[in-house]
Amino acid sequence: MMIITMGTLIELFSYDFFMHAFWASLFAAISCGIVGTYIVSRRIVFVSGGITHASFGGIGIGYFLGWNPLVGAAIFAVLSGLGIQLFTQKAKVREDSSIAIWWSLGMAIGIIFIYLTPGYAPNLMSYLFGSVLTVSVTELWLMGALSLALILFFILFYRLILYVAFDEEFAKTTGLPVNLINYLLISLIAITIVLNIRVVGIILILSLLTLPQATANLFTRDFKRMMPLSVLFAFIGSFVGLLFSFYVDIPSGASIIFTLVLLFGLMKLAFFIRQNIITRD
Amino acid sequence: MNNKLVEIKNLSVSYDQNTVLEQANLDILPNDFLGVIGPNGGGKTTLIKALLGLVKPDSGSVKFHIPLKKVGYLPQINQIDKRFPITVIDVVRSGKTGSQSFSMFSKKQDDIKYAEQLIQEMGISGIKHKAIGELSGGQMQRVFLCRSLMNNPQLLILDEPGTYVDSQFESELYEKLKELNNRMAILLVSHDVGTISYYVKTIACVNRQVHYHPSNVISTEQLTSYNCPLQIITHGDIPHTVLSQHENDDHHHGHTH
Repeated sequence: MMIITMGTLIELFSYDFFMHAFWASLFAAISCGIVGTYIVSRRIVFVSGGITHASFGGIGIGYFLGWNPLVGAAIFAVLSGLGIQLFTQKAKVREDSSIAIWWSLGMAIGIIFIYLTPGYAPNLMSYLFGSVLTVSVTELWLMGALSLALILFFILFYRLILYVAFDEEFAKTTGLPVNLINYLLISLIAITIVLNIRVVGIILILSLLTLPQATANLFTRDFKRMMPLSVLFAFIGSFVGLLFSFYVDIPSGASIIFTLVLLFGLMKLAFFIRQNIITRD
Repeated sequence: MNNKLVEIKNLSVSYDQNTVLEQANLDILPNDFLGVIGPNGGGKTTLIKALLGLVKPDSGSVKFHIPLKKVGYLPQINQIDKRFPITVIDVVRSGKTGSQSFSMFSKKQDDIKYAEQLIQEMGISGIKHKAIGELSGGQMQRVFLCRSLMNNPQLLILDEPGTYVDSQFESELYEKLKELNNRMAILLVSHDVGTISYYVKTIACVNRQVHYHPSNVISTEQLTSYNCPLQIITHGDIPHTVLSQHENDDHHHGHTH
């Protein structure tokens, strides 16, 4: 195992693959930090889990047709996000059942099409478990564009998003476009998930959408402060996790999640000690 | 009278083929302080949700003679996620309707000033930057009352504001409503007839159908004939009457004075 010094760190930044990984973790932190704050506040973590897994169907079809699997994943993610909402609202299927249906249907379609694809499916593991070191330049541009779009959207329409998320029914009585906002945000969640699949993978992405937010929630209970704080914690987690995976030579996705959990655990412990031991005097 | 604020005509609402409201008629007049009473599941909340356009009726109509944004609404507090990361001042500002800037950095001074004025009038200035999760039931109810007043409404609709608060705050709240009644009509939904009949001017009993009483006194015979299983205490010249509990109604509490 190498020892991390300032010198080796600076040296790392001279490698293209490492710069790519650095940008990928920055963009992942921005997009997942913002969107995750919405997901956690609104308690739709499980909906997001459904969308994530349903997107695997698109990856399978992408392989089968020879497309970029992420294109298929994006289509499946958006459709399943809207589908979960439609099933729940119009067809009156209970929400958790509706999520489970889309979740497993997507996985099943993915497995079938990967099986039908002749030969070995390259990079399959990187979609499932993430591989930040293999993110392509095109994907980086897309992630950067998404991050910028999310920052602008959440700043310009901040109060609209906040009011609808907090009390949907009341928002209807004040004449806000509740359904439009809901469908728009579900679509943004879907796109965020798909573009970050390469960083931490389908199985692990939920944690990037919830752990930094849980850590941020220790410091603030104000939506507008929770967003930048979540971005910060997500970035610390992904970057430290990335370094860790590089030096110890373990998969980056798992390493990032492990760092995020560690960060949350340490902060939680610090708060616990401050509240229960220090203030007791 | 022709200056009605809202007219509800032959309104029927059902959920999954269960009729909750049948041919309901109700008019709301300026200066009304209308108590909407009735058993749990009798359709009180459905009536106001249909009135506000949140529930689609099977038939009938709701006609507003005032702009919809001049209706203030305080929903049942148990419908609200109390751990949502939002501050008091933002909750109050969310009551604003009409054109506004939604940007994070917009500082619309009129809105902020009015929200702060309402918060001050309600005596909760000290908590305006707190998250709602840190408030007591009474404080939270005050915050939601501020939100419902954000548009300076002509009609204020409150759904069970007396729940989850202590009895001292409950009477403070009703006194506050009495004061507000000088400048707006109030529709107060409650299953607790005993307490609200002190304050309301008229009563509508909702149990699938709506029966309107142009006074705040309602007799045992009237209630039973309307199939409105409630306990009631009347005030004023009439001696106390406590209704016996309806046999399949175990949700209501007795009241003594």
